[in-house]
Amino acid sequence: MKIRVIVNGRARELEIDAHALLLDVLRDGLDLKGAKRSCDMQVCGACTVLVDGLAVSACTYLALEADGRSVLTVEGLADGESLHPLQRAFIDAGAVQCGFCTSGMLLTARAMLAENAKPTRADVLHYLRGSLCRCTGYRKIVDAVLAAAENAR
Amino acid sequence: MSARPLRVVGQPVPRVDALEKVTGRARYVTDLTVSGMAHAKVLRSPYAHARVRRVDVTRARVLPGVFAAIAGADLTWCDPYYGPAYRDRPVLAIDVARYEGEPVAAVAAVDEATAEAALELIDVDYEPLAPAMTLEEALAPGAPLVHTGQPPAGHFADLATLRPQPGTNVCHQFHFARGDTAAALSGADVVVEDAYRFPSVQHVALEPHAVLAAWDETGGLTLWASTQNPYSVRVELAKMFDVPLARIRVVVPHLGGGFGSKTYAKLEPLAATLARAAGRPVRLAASIPEAFQTVRRCASRVNVRVGFRRDGTLVAVECAADYDVGAYADIGPRVVQKGTYTATGPYRVPHVRLESRAVYTNTTPGGAFRGFGVPQLAWALESLFDVAADRLSRDPVDLRRQNFLAHGEEFAPGDTPIDGKLEESLGRAAEAIGWNRTGAADRGRGIAAMLKASVAPTVSEAIVRLHADGSVSVLASAVEMGQGTRTVLAQIAAEVLSVSLDRVTVVQPDTAVTPYDQTTSSSRSTAMTGRAVQIAAEDVREQLLAVVAQRLGLATRDLALADGVVVAPSRRLTYAEALALRFGMSGGELIGRGVIAPGRTAAPLGGSTPFWEMAVGAAEVSVDEETGAVRVERYVSVADVGRAINPLTLEGQDEGGVVQGLGHTLLEEMLYADGHLLNGTLLVYRVPRADDAPSELECRFVENADGSGPFGAKGAGEGSLIPVSPAVANALARLTGVRLRDLPLTPERVWRALRARPPRA
Repeated sequence: MKIRVIVNGRARELEIDAHALLLDVLRDGLDLKGAKRSCDMQVCGACTVLVDGLAVSACTYLALEADGRSVLTVEGLADGESLHPLQRAFIDAGAVQCGFCTSGMLLTARAMLAENAKPTRADVLHYLRGSLCRCTGYRKIVDAVLAAAENAR
Repeated sequence: MSARPLRVVGQPVPRVDALEKVTGRARYVTDLTVSGMAHAKVLRSPYAHARVRRVDVTRARVLPGVFAAIAGADLTWCDPYYGPAYRDRPVLAIDVARYEGEPVAAVAAVDEATAEAALELIDVDYEPLAPAMTLEEALAPGAPLVHTGQPPAGHFADLATLRPQPGTNVCHQFHFARGDTAAALSGADVVVEDAYRFPSVQHVALEPHAVLAAWDETGGLTLWASTQNPYSVRVELAKMFDVPLARIRVVVPHLGGGFGSKTYAKLEPLAATLARAAGRPVRLAASIPEAFQTVRRCASRVNVRVGFRRDGTLVAVECAADYDVGAYADIGPRVVQKGTYTATGPYRVPHVRLESRAVYTNTTPGGAFRGFGVPQLAWALESLFDVAADRLSRDPVDLRRQNFLAHGEEFAPGDTPIDGKLEESLGRAAEAIGWNRTGAADRGRGIAAMLKASVAPTVSEAIVRLHADGSVSVLASAVEMGQGTRTVLAQIAAEVLSVSLDRVTVVQPDTAVTPYDQTTSSSRSTAMTGRAVQIAAEDVREQLLAVVAQRLGLATRDLALADGVVVAPSRRLTYAEALALRFGMSGGELIGRGVIAPGRTAAPLGGSTPFWEMAVGAAEVSVDEETGAVRVERYVSVADVGRAINPLTLEGQDEGGVVQGLGHTLLEEMLYADGHLLNGTLLVYRVPRADDAPSELECRFVENADGSGPFGAKGAGEGSLIPVSPAVANALARLTGVRLRDLPLTPERVWRALRARPPRA
């Protein structure tokens, strides 16, 4: 079947199977490898992308549900060569280690900041409950999100 | 030269791979494809222990889209066994399946769905056998034997003397003794003793194991593998397939975490075997549940007795430790040996008797996991230290300080003397947690220390190339798995060669290109690989200086390097100009080589540790008496690292180590019932989330430049994890009077212990 979807600002018409998962369509169909497959059950957040601005787990989200919607992946986060403030903050704060959770963390944080431009530390901790990181101990990720929020003001 | 202030080393520069990671461009194994690539799926044993009477793959083989379907009996064309300690593990079960989840058959097909469908068509005739699921079951008289024969030894250097106990499930025993422990304990004024248990836990690297294997037309094999040990994987495959080492190429892209789970061959033998059978490249990507069926930490039960004199002097430690290494030895025997060797921790102990056993059970193979056998014993010793402090009416910090090994003191005859200042770490941790200040009544504080050896004998080699434009390549095989090794190696080369960091490229590990490195584990890369890179860069520097000195008729001591320029008294030559002098054209390069190979020694484990890892942790906890839930409110880790090459990435490593340690301290345990793993998915196996981390977390470093690594660095990264459990339990005991001996400290365990508490006077 055919879906129309805007991916990272670009209109796409895609031929997909009805049961195709958004994660597979992005990774294999569009070669957007930034979203990662890990737990496969909406727990870890490594596959997080934004659909109409909302964070979803692409590992369990049917691609056909994205029909007529706008999808943002980590590859679309920067504005050309100009990094998004969250990306800049993640680099500067040392919030990146192995990088496998990074794209999901960035997109989750972006969704949060769209909802709440002035989050407290507690807000960030709550919002990141669905995003696991096994490397950093989280402190630097939380610091990076708060710094990006601060810089955006 | 040495007096020159450091420019790049010691700076908290952002990671060299940060940009590719925040933009989604960093490539991991499952992001790679090669032309004609097939996808693999694995059929796994549903039984913990079963005779495999027959595996029929014929229906799977004829399913359209299937390129290969194989079982253990098909592996007549290679040696199907592998393993670093014992070669006890078949690529696919042969005659017997020894744990739930053991690969029994495998399929390569045009896509994952077809491979999955083909698995459904494989018929296996199992005869279930009684399993030995726990240490108790495996050590009981008449226990089911996980292995009945004596498998051949593997390839690990310091396991030359494997000591199995034939006819039992004990696959290795380790003994270490000095002095007269029995007499010392009977003469001690205070003896504390107890049994402590450490759970089986999984690494949960967010990227599960993945391999892409391709045979070429010349009979050579290339793998892109998520491995921490490309060179160890190469050895295994060379033996299995009887192919020269030079024909096996292991390439390692970014790893999505390792923590020990990707040391030694894991899925590489199966992927390579399937690729050969399929006649095309094969990608084998495990799921998280399959990672739970691939490797885990060795669970343990340890009984420790510690004797003190009335004045607080530690006189003797006796330890009997059993480690559950699961169905295949993997590196378990070394985990047991190394963990036991430092069971006495960072303390001066005249009388020691340590005995440990590595025990096979019908569970997921146990292997390396951050801390490598030390957390299991530090949990016991550091808990008992506080018990003893209580009995001696001593402050736990003072009692530790009194018994610490001093800088330069011998740990064991022939091994490296202590190369750090434990009292400094202890003092700073105590100070930061506010040990001597009165805290809130509903908070408790605890402290714990640790000492860990790195791997020895050991080898790291590196090559540094200075190119015609003055840019630099570092060729080394330390794997980037998140710990920041590429950044640290780049900083070391940039420092020695006086170039900016962006002029240095660290090449991804590739056994056809980057030179030998034993392993990316044991906290060794900064110290060992880093030292090799430093030597290689110095080699280039000397060559460069010699070229210019010769052409200008000067001595090398008249020259200096600064910001990519060779500075002579009357002239300045860019590196590009200097190289053009050497080669008479713009082309050619200077190549430097560095080798670290301390070799075998008379130390008890066959090699002297290249450095000691030392750290102290201090926790402040609260407990919900209604539910038993423990919360770590504040945590301070102080690690003696010699020198922090990159304080930013080092801090990240140690913060991550603390939170990973909180996992096995409060949350994590692989639970088995009736031969089945109950919680092998992230839905039910809870790892720490952002809101589980301590509200305040500080990681600090002692830097006295007293390490054998580059610029006085020592290894780091495991040290912060090890004290977490005892520091938290000690804090809980000081807060509530409750002493727990089994990890994790789940709300139920804590609640029950609180309820069982005698009323306080």
